[in-house]
Amino acid sequence: MTKLVQYPSGAYVLERDIYSTPVLETYHLGIDFGGLSAVNNFNIIVGPTEISGLIGPNGAGKTTVFNLLTKVYQPSKGTILVNGHDTSKMTTVDVNKAGVARTFQNIRLFEKMSVVDNVKVAMNNSMHYNPLSAIFRTPKYYREEKRIHQEALELLDIFNMSDLAETEAGSLPYGAQRRLEIVRALATKPSLLLLDEPAAGMNPNETKELMETIRNIRDKFNIAIILIEHDMSLVMNICEGIAVLNYGRIIAKGTPKDIQNNPVVIEAYLGKPEQED
Amino acid sequence: MAFLSYLISGMGLGSVYAIIALGYTMVYGIAKMLNFAHGDVIMIGAYTAFYCLTVFKLSTFASIVITVVLCTVLGILIERLAYRPLRKASSLAVLITAIGVSYFLQNLAQILFGTDPKVFPELMRNSTFALFDEQLTLSFKTLLTIIVCILIMIFLIVFVNKTKTGKAMRACSQDKEAAQLMGINVDNTISITFAIGSGLAAIAAILLCITYSTFTPTLGSMPGIKAFTAAVFGGIGSIPGAFIGGLLLGIIETLTKAYLSTQLSDAIVFMVLIIVLLIKPSGLLGKRIHEKV
Repeated sequence: MTKLVQYPSGAYVLERDIYSTPVLETYHLGIDFGGLSAVNNFNIIVGPTEISGLIGPNGAGKTTVFNLLTKVYQPSKGTILVNGHDTSKMTTVDVNKAGVARTFQNIRLFEKMSVVDNVKVAMNNSMHYNPLSAIFRTPKYYREEKRIHQEALELLDIFNMSDLAETEAGSLPYGAQRRLEIVRALATKPSLLLLDEPAAGMNPNETKELMETIRNIRDKFNIAIILIEHDMSLVMNICEGIAVLNYGRIIAKGTPKDIQNNPVVIEAYLGKPEQED
Repeated sequence: MAFLSYLISGMGLGSVYAIIALGYTMVYGIAKMLNFAHGDVIMIGAYTAFYCLTVFKLSTFASIVITVVLCTVLGILIERLAYRPLRKASSLAVLITAIGVSYFLQNLAQILFGTDPKVFPELMRNSTFALFDEQLTLSFKTLLTIIVCILIMIFLIVFVNKTKTGKAMRACSQDKEAAQLMGINVDNTISITFAIGSGLAAIAAILLCITYSTFTPTLGSMPGIKAFTAAVFGGIGSIPGAFIGGLLLGIIETLTKAYLSTQLSDAIVFMVLIIVLLIKPSGLLGKRIHEKV
């Protein structure tokens, strides 16, 4: 049984992660669109091997949080630390290099490229040759291309997708596209993986499989995962810590058990019980 | 036999269009913008080669290398200074800027080099050889142009499909934001695309000047517009499309001049384009874009 413990600051962290640098810390993170504050005072600490969930009603600002963490949006307020490094001067590309990778709510694969090329694109930064050696086809170019190709195939193999390597990504069935998005994100060698509604559109069997996959990823790659999800059985089953977002603010944090019984959360999802006169 | 010789010289002209069209189509495919200054990079290339050969008396090879390098740098500079600050602006603003850059380069050339036509020195003798009992004469220049175009085409296809930079380009052309989130530097990728396009423009400039020896600061406009047409004709954004579009445009233009009318040739060329686009709005090899909801 995993246990959450409290830092002196009041933040929760998994007991086993308490002595290691958190993979993600946010302090007073917020963004305003015009006059509207979409996310406000968002504080979260995620340990290096934690699977945590970010839940909340539609429009609560969950995807906005992911966009802030990956610098798709620049935060208006607050700090984000990735593996202890301040990301305030970083671009999306830098944040990715610092160890954050993500998937998308609506699948955004490079549809016209093959499955293996989708993975290799994500490995671009670990491929070391310059355009000139590509033009003149130096041995280094061949060596690096071969190494990365092999690495991409091995990664696909873990997810039973190596036989689909040459298929065009856009022609894969839906479930496989979702899986490929996760593989592509992992190919950037992240220490934190952000999954945006990974179970969206999946049937119960596929969701069950996905649950296993997510656990396996954490155990095999030894990384932290944050997932946004509406499927409560998935969230309650695999997440070790959960944050509930409503109107851009965290209204509750804790273990799945704490969250399930928290009246504030129930109210956010179901509305206030009607008062009788 | 006359038809065959027209066909081949049409392919020669079409090859030049195709090389220029590749620049348009790659930039459009990746940066989603029409770089109307592309034709003027060709003009700058022509003047560079001209001065290298006549004033500085450099060898042909050295002149070609300098021209390609200079145009590549110019392409990168144009992107950095004029287009990159507008990365988040509306496409209309970028389009107007591109037209502005085009006029800027033309006027700059008029000030620097004067408006009087220059005559490009002979790089290779106008040698021809005859086939089929002297019935078909081919010029080496035409053949050279076609061969260069095919080589460039093969090179680009391999580059885009088999190298990491090429893969980054394809990723950017499909989804820039997702590419960034996978750690791909979109700005650098766009710069490389401009560099390649402008390098090709330099080669096109030299091929143009070998065939048509006089040139002025407006040299780039007509081939530029024709090549743009070729790129749209073949399906803008598609590399093989630019190649096929360019070749077909050159062939249609030459055959029209030979059999129908010299004066009306441009009108007829553009009419063919309009008809093709009416039937296939995304061009010959272009794919219809499905808007996802």
